[in-house]
This record gives sequence, C-alpha cells and structure tokens, in this order.
Amino acid sequence: MHSTRPSRRPVVLVAAVAAVVAASLAGCGRHSDPNARAGDLPVDAEFAKKLQGQLLDAKPGTVVEIPAGRWHLDRGLSLRVNGVTIRGAGMEQTILSFREQVAGPEGLLAQASDFTIEGLTIEDTKGDALKINSGDNITIRNVRVRWTDGPKTSNGAYGLYPVKTNNVLIEGSQSFGAADAGIYVGQSRNVVVRNCRAEQNVAGIEIENTIDADVHDNVATGNTGGILVFNMPNLSQPGHSTRVFHNKVDANNLGNFGAKGTAVASVPAGSGIVVNSNSLVEIFDNDVTDNATANVIISSYFSTGYFSTKGTQPGYDPYPRGIAVHDNRFKGGGDSPDGMDLKVLKTAMFGLTGHFPDVLWDGYVDAARPNVPEERLCVDATASGVLNADGPNKYKNPRMVSDELRCKLAPLSPVTIRAVGAAASAASAASA
Amino acid sequence: MRLRLLSGLAALATLAFVASCARAPAPVAFIADGKPEHLSDWHLLNVTGGRLAPNAGVLPYDLVTPLFSDYAHKLRTVWMPAGVSANYSPDQAFDFPVGTILSKTFYYPRAGAADAVLKTYDAEPGAPAAGLDLSRVRLVETRVLVRRAAGWTVLPYVWNAEQTEAELQRTGDTKTLELVDAQGHGEKFTYVVPNENQCASCHVTNLRAGEFSPLGPKARNLNRTLAYAEGSENQIARWVRAGFLTGVPAGELPRAADWRDAQQPIAARARSYLDVNCAHCHQASATASNTSLRLDALGPADWSLGLCKPSVAAGKGTGDRIQDIVPGKPDESILPFRLASTEGGVMMPELGRTTVHQEGVQLIRDWIAAMPGHCDSNHSTKD
Repeated sequence: MHSTRPSRRPVVLVAAVAAVVAASLAGCGRHSDPNARAGDLPVDAEFAKKLQGQLLDAKPGTVVEIPAGRWHLDRGLSLRVNGVTIRGAGMEQTILSFREQVAGPEGLLAQASDFTIEGLTIEDTKGDALKINSGDNITIRNVRVRWTDGPKTSNGAYGLYPVKTNNVLIEGSQSFGAADAGIYVGQSRNVVVRNCRAEQNVAGIEIENTIDADVHDNVATGNTGGILVFNMPNLSQPGHSTRVFHNKVDANNLGNFGAKGTAVASVPAGSGIVVNSNSLVEIFDNDVTDNATANVIISSYFSTGYFSTKGTQPGYDPYPRGIAVHDNRFKGGGDSPDGMDLKVLKTAMFGLTGHFPDVLWDGYVDAARPNVPEERLCVDATASGVLNADGPNKYKNPRMVSDELRCKLAPLSPVTIRAVGAAASAASAASA
Repeated sequence: MRLRLLSGLAALATLAFVASCARAPAPVAFIADGKPEHLSDWHLLNVTGGRLAPNAGVLPYDLVTPLFSDYAHKLRTVWMPAGVSANYSPDQAFDFPVGTILSKTFYYPRAGAADAVLKTYDAEPGAPAAGLDLSRVRLVETRVLVRRAAGWTVLPYVWNAEQTEAELQRTGDTKTLELVDAQGHGEKFTYVVPNENQCASCHVTNLRAGEFSPLGPKARNLNRTLAYAEGSENQIARWVRAGFLTGVPAGELPRAADWRDAQQPIAARARSYLDVNCAHCHQASATASNTSLRLDALGPADWSLGLCKPSVAAGKGTGDRIQDIVPGKPDESILPFRLASTEGGVMMPELGRTTVHQEGVQLIRDWIAAMPGHCDSNHSTKD
C-alpha cells in the first residue's frame, strides 16, 4: 500500500426530520423486574413474538420502543428494513436477556441502513450481541452489551459489531465480556467511536480493515488489549486513517480468553493500544497507563503467527505504515509482559524489576520500501522510548530505537458524521 | 399450454382416484398481495383421503443435493400461471416470472409417538409425486415463496396437530421432537421454524441489493430424474414440457454431484454439499461475505474456499484451530468443527438446524483428509 494521505470526504447527509411512527410495545402487559437475577428465568414468548413482529412490519421512519423491564428471549431478533429506530427506556431500564437462547446466534442482527438503536442493554447472547451487516448511516447510542458471567471463552465473540457499514456513530455505549472484541467496527468507512466504555473483553475497542475512523474520549480498561487498530488479510478492503485520541487506556491486563485462531488471540495480555498491519494511524492525547506488556504495541501480521502464503490473499500488506504516537500521557506499564518470548526479552534487556518502554515495536519493515518518509513509525518524547524487539530474527537483537523515530507525520483530518435519519438513504441515493 | 392442461388433467384424475372424492379441488390461487393466514388459501396442496398431495398443475420436484434441515424430509413444489415461464440460467437460480409459487413442506416419517420421528434417508412411498400418506408422516411446516410484482414474498406456515391446515407464523416457531435412529435410539431436539427475516438471511444472496431469491431450483441441482405420476423423467425436461421453463440450451446441462453418491469424486460431492448448505451466505455479496470465505460451487479452490485461511470473525467458533481447512487434517480444520457443533455462535450453518448432520460432517472430514499438500505457515502462536 502506498501511503499518500487521502483526503477525507465526509459523507454529507441531509438531516432528516422523519415522520415518526411510534410503535410501542407497552401494551404488551407484563413488565418484569429489572433487578431480577439472570438465570433459569422464563422466556417472554409473547413479548418476543410481538417485538419480532414489529421489526418485520417496520417501515422507514418507524420507531420501535421497548419498554423498561428485563425481557427474556430464546431466539435472536432481526431487522431488514431501512430507516428504523429501536429505542429502549435506557440501558439500565430495558434489558434484553438471551441467556435461554436456542437460535440466533446474534441478539439482534440488523441488515439495514439509516438504523439507530439506543437506550437498552443486550446480554448473554450465544453469539454476537448486536451485529449490523452491510448498511449506511448507523447510530448506536447508549447501548450496553454484556455477558453476566464475566469473561469466558464461550461468550459471544463481538459486542457491538457493525461490519461493511458506512457513516457509523457509536457513542455512550458499553461492552463487557466479549470473547473477541467488545466494540468492533470492521470493513467500514467513516466511523466515530466516542464516549464509550469497554471492560473485560479480549479486545476493548477494535477498528479493523476500516477507512477513516476517529476513536476518542473512550475508556478501555481491564481488557486483554485496550484499543486495537488492525488490518487482517483476505477481507474486502485494507483499512487506513484512524485517529485514536483523548482516550483513557488503563490496566488492560486481563488474561487472553479468546479462542485460539482468532485474530485477537494473538494479543498479549497487558496491551494498551495495538496497531497491527494498519496504515496511517495517529495516536495522541491519550492517557495510557499500567498496561503490563506495553502501553503501545506496533506490529505486523507476521507476529500473529497466522501468516501462510497459501492462506493469504496476494497483495495483502502486512506492514504498519505511517504510524504516529505523540503527545500522550503515559504512566507505568511494560513491567510484566505476557508470553515467554516477551518475558525473556524484558528480563534480558531491563532486568527482573525493569520494564519495557512505552512503545514496543516488533521491528518488521518492508525491505522493498525502506525509509519512505510518510511510511515511518514516529514516536515523540512523551513516550519513555521505543524498543525494536527484532521479531524477524526471533528477538535475537532487540534494541532501543527511540532517537531514530523522533519524526513527525502530517496530522490526519477529523472524521465527520453528519446526520443519520430516515431520509438519508434517499438523499445519498439521489446524490449517487 | 396444451401440455400444461393435459398434465393438470392427469393430476386431477390421480387425485380423484386416491381420494375417491367427487368434487374437484379449487385451482391454485396466486394471491398478489397480503399475507394469507392459511396455507389452504393458496390451494397448492390438498389434504384429501388421508394424503397430502400437490394440486392439479403443481409439479413436485427434488434436488440432487438438498440443504440439511435436522433430517427433515421435504416435499417441494413449483407452480406458475398459464402463459408465463422461468428463464433458464446455467449457474444461478432461474429467473421466475410473477405469479410463480414455490412451496417446501418439511416433514418426518413417524416413529410411533406423536413427537417421535425417524432419522432416515428412505423416501416415503409415492413421494413426492403422489404426495404423502398422512398416517405415516409428521408434518411440521410449509414455506411458501411467491413471486409477486414487487419481488419474492416468503410465508412460513406451521401445521396443526390434526394435519388438516397450516397457519401463518411470520415470527417463526419452535417444536420439540425426538429423532429416532435405525437402532431405536432417540434424541430430543428443537425444530426451529424461522421467522421471515431469518428466511431472508439465506434467501437474500445480495445484501446490498436486498433482493430475495429462491435457492434450490438451479439447473445443476435440478438436473436429475424424478418419478412422476406419469413416469420417470428428467426434471428440467419435465419443467420445459410443463411450460415452466424456457431458454434451455441443447446438449449437456450442468449437474451437481449427489453428496451421497459414493461413485462420484469426493471433492465434487463435498463442493456440492457446501454449495447447498453454506453458499447462500458464503458467497461474494451475501450475508457472510464479510468473512471472505466463499463456499459456492463456482469459486476457486484456494484460500477463499478456506484452504489454510485463518478465521476472520469466528470467535469461539475456531475451536482453537487456526485455519478453516488444513489439507489432510480434519481435526485441525475449523470447517468440520463448526459443522459438528450445535452451540450458538459456533455452529455452522447458523440457522436451519439444531442437530448435527453426522453424514455431512463425515463427508467434509473425508474430503479434507484426502486433500494433498499442507499449509506453509508459521504456526507458533503465543504461549
């Protein structure tokens, strides 16, 4: 991939004041106790049938309101109509529990554009909690997903999971316990994730194969890895241009409970912010503290252990290029890395009581394009230093490279999410 | 047209004979709008004389390799109004005209008790042409796919206990049944009737376009002989003769391998099985295109078929395996692991089954075991 910085073209959408047809479920009768314990509780069959029926009958502009209560569903919900809003009474008030789920596997699968979901909790799904597959203009606001038994490999993979989407806003939302990534945006374009909280997931927040993303003002703590920006092979697009700023990324030291073979299973416990094989990533103004492997890791797909010639689409770029780490506030971390290789490396270089510097780099570089200025890794002095771990030579000659990387890259431009509404698809269709 | 009329008369005569019923059943009704509450509103299938049988002019059909649905048997039918026909396609589902009605009735041979059903591949006597003996089978649901002016509509109907009528259940349903094998061993399972959107999650093969399409009636999967009431005939030839299909080229037509036919190459059988059971989602623009795993019969046999390909979004579905298919090593491959699971979030396909298709899993395992070569990967994962 050639790293000219592409200008961002924010998707311009017309703010729409849609005629809203409220379709309230309140007539359903039964309100269960929101504080009831999860467990062997009855399935609200009538509620589920009515709610799924409303999702089937929804028209563009429909608002499906889900009343307060802890509702038990045994089958996943699905939506395929554009322009629909699903609204709960608040994430503490409206809880959809899928503990008894027999089919799905998602809690809610939306294959729709101009979709907004807000004010509810989805918990204990067998698979992904909220998956949005192929759609434009997606808003996820004040939605909580969680697995109430805490971190377990058998939990669903993804919490909030828009994939192959454009113009996506995730805000005020939370994920707890996802066995892959809590808040995950994949193969998408023009994305903002802000004011969210991710805790006890393998990956807290992950941006994968996505173009133009801003991840800011989030809290990622107690995950295996806090915030990840990845590019995996074989997918519909390589990602680039992600800004990670003004987040709190603290003590992501949870043992990795992802199933082997998943991309995130390669992430060592104690990873703060991780860039893998992605390009044009700007990490700044974050508080990154006490992540025991390293506060920041910059790495290549070669370090995941998943590379094979046969299994990788030709043309895939496994190198991180154009990565800037500047003006962050670091504290602690690097003192207890995960995995034998890294433990040995840390002890050999810094002693038993020492610690890695704030930035750990696996050292893979594209021999075909050495020293291209805009493809450099640049780390400023707000980080305590950069260790090139010499991954290509199995960590034989690791060395501190802080001074070599005191360069600057042009800042990336902000992502703008304009508006999401029922008329947006009509507007974008008209402009197409 | 004349042929259609004749065949209709022949079917009518058969029905009259079977049912000893003097009154001719009403003709098939194409209902252009709305969601009829009863299956009988369509007059596709008649319940008479203890049998469920296709109405006059309704052709039963069968597939070379069918989708696995918890060992359910399926009575499939096609009907079109007079004067219109589908356009042949060599590789996609036929382009069906407005007015087409496809139906698929899911049933099991009974194993005694009301909810006990047989796990068997043996066909019911007379099925599909002469319909089903209702004293021998447990009807579960009939899915109606109707091609209206605005596109396809899907309507799932669930049969009543008396097997006299099926009612529309747009939000799906569940039934607890017991699957009894040849040794008399029973296994309880939940049969899940999908909701309309779940129907679409397989039948919409282009997510962005959102267009619903039939899946089974493709040339390669219809190209086989069926025992019709008036004798055996190739299904595509029969459809042409019925006026249901035009544009069929002369010469050899594509034909999928029968997944159960041990005489055919195992790779062809396995690809045919994956084509029917997985490719509605796992193809270029469909639901699972985000995984880049392409399991349709037309795709190349490279990483996109899963060869040495690491998982993308499998979560616990990897079963701690690294790659979808490791040649020669079914136990190290993700694909058979997911086929052999019934756990939500692990199992594949995600919908349409709650039991394991043992014979299907075995086929895929045998195929992988027989594959030459290896993945040249550096397998070392973190400690």
